[in-house]
Amino acid sequence: MTTTDTVSHVPVQPRDKTMGMPRHHMLIFACLFVFMLVAPFLLYPIFLMKVMCFALFAAAFNLLLGFGGLLSFGHAAYFGSASYISAHAAKVWGLTPELAILCGTGTALVLGIVIGSLAIRRQGIYFAMVTLAFAQMVYFFSLQAEFTGGEDGIQAVPRGELFGLLNIQPDRVLYYFVLAITFGGVLAIYRIIHSPFGQVLKAIRENEPRSISLGYHVNRYKLAVFVISATFAGLAGATKALVFQLASLTDVYWTMSGEVVLMTLLGGMGTVFGPLLGAGIIVAMQNYFASFGAWVTVMQGVIFVLGVLLFREGIVGVIAQRIKKPL
Amino acid sequence: MFELLGIPPQALFGQLLLGLINGAFYAMLSLGLAVIFGLLNIINFTHGAQYMMGAFVTWMLLNYFGIEYWYALVLAPLIVGATGIVIERLMISRLYHLDHLYGLLLTFGLALIIQGLFRNEYGISGMSYRPPELLAGGHNLGFMYLPNSRLWVIIASVVVCFGTWFVIEKTKLGAYLRAATENPTLVGAFGINVPRMITLTYGFGVALAAFAGVLAAPIYSVNPNMGESLIIVVFAVVVIGGMGSILGAIITGFGLGLVEGLTRVFYPEGSAVVIFVIMAIVLLIKPAGLFGRAA
Repeated sequence: MTTTDTVSHVPVQPRDKTMGMPRHHMLIFACLFVFMLVAPFLLYPIFLMKVMCFALFAAAFNLLLGFGGLLSFGHAAYFGSASYISAHAAKVWGLTPELAILCGTGTALVLGIVIGSLAIRRQGIYFAMVTLAFAQMVYFFSLQAEFTGGEDGIQAVPRGELFGLLNIQPDRVLYYFVLAITFGGVLAIYRIIHSPFGQVLKAIRENEPRSISLGYHVNRYKLAVFVISATFAGLAGATKALVFQLASLTDVYWTMSGEVVLMTLLGGMGTVFGPLLGAGIIVAMQNYFASFGAWVTVMQGVIFVLGVLLFREGIVGVIAQRIKKPL
Repeated sequence: MFELLGIPPQALFGQLLLGLINGAFYAMLSLGLAVIFGLLNIINFTHGAQYMMGAFVTWMLLNYFGIEYWYALVLAPLIVGATGIVIERLMISRLYHLDHLYGLLLTFGLALIIQGLFRNEYGISGMSYRPPELLAGGHNLGFMYLPNSRLWVIIASVVVCFGTWFVIEKTKLGAYLRAATENPTLVGAFGINVPRMITLTYGFGVALAAFAGVLAAPIYSVNPNMGESLIIVVFAVVVIGGMGSILGAIITGFGLGLVEGLTRVFYPEGSAVVIFVIMAIVLLIKPAGLFGRAA
């Protein structure tokens, strides 16, 4: 007998769980992991690494929007600033890749605390506008600062040697490092969603006044989830800088903030696997339709409009409704 | 010639004039956002794209049909406003029962579509619009040179802003509008067609953005990206001013334009971010905005 047996309102019965995770979630994660292990032998590794970075970025964003109920329109700020700092750390300071990524992620964390503590002072639509405006400020800073290289960005970032031992210059080697980071990140986010902290977030999202009257310090929870989300977005951005060996203005521009919203909306906000799928679809679309130029922007706009009007649950959300199981 | 704090007066007044013109655009655009938000409860992310459409329609009217600037001043807002009405009827009206955030996402998608289409057709280099003869030349005021085209932008925007304020605050139509903002159900019960009023309000807000676009056509280059960074600054202006007050939106718009102009004189590096810094300070001191009511 486990302790969860006594808590009757927990929707998932303990016998359906393996290691604290519903069995079908475990199965999907396992399948994904096995697929990603062999994928670089079937598909172009750089493309796959790009998908993984954006999947982590979208999962981090979804933690804030889908579970915290907060729409940030400026997540490019954390993704991009982490990308710049990790590129700078690897190239100019000559740090090993794991330390460079740590520097980038730390920057996103600090930035998340600063912007988050200001942004949570407003709600709803204003929150979205405030985060967007601050992200634009980070963009202007990146445009003018010396170390970011302006329009050129930071190019030829060395991938270096992991812990000073393992050379991760070859794509296939780097691939497994990125896989470890992405999977670690996504599982950590999964854990946060299903923790007591995640349950409180859900309560705040559903009914903020009641959560306050129950004695929760709502703003502390909002700030905490904002900072966690910014940090994981930073982890994704910092990793991306090593994959492409480039940090550029694209990473901090508002279009990047829009893309991560789109990925989450398309896959299904508030689902575990939706953002991952959404990231895969959008990155594939950009990859294979790159020659169409501005039509890609038009297509993204069309997906946005159709998504909002017809498929608000997203692809994974619709599947979850069909099979009547949370995904 | 006198000097002020080591700054030559030509530079100072020149930048103040530029600031005032930017402020005119901030005021017109934030006014449109505030009017739309008041009744529809959505933030119109398409606003920047609709401003750009206003400028493009002006350019097309002259280059494809030979229609002069002065006619475009009326025609372009009508045309773009009509597209706004179509958008409201077909799409936005389906979202009123949902969370406000969906309106933001929908209009964001629409902005991407419109900008992408214009970028495909006209590229990103931008085109120049030949100003009408009346706006060529200028006045020498002794301490600075004032081009007619810029003087016109300021006059036109002030007239339009205060015209809007007058209609909303002082007329019967405006009274209906303000009543519907407070309680749409009750206003509907008095026999006023609220859905039609919502549609026309959206059309009006969009027309206001397009009017700003017409004013921008002769003084800025007409290009598909002209609205995208402007709209983010306007969002910051709206957060600073708060959307509760029409007069507040106008004053905040002009005021922040001037502050930006002054920053360009005394600390040019900071001019791009000064409005965002002010936004941060306002959020710290008065989170509801300078003219806003606490939500």
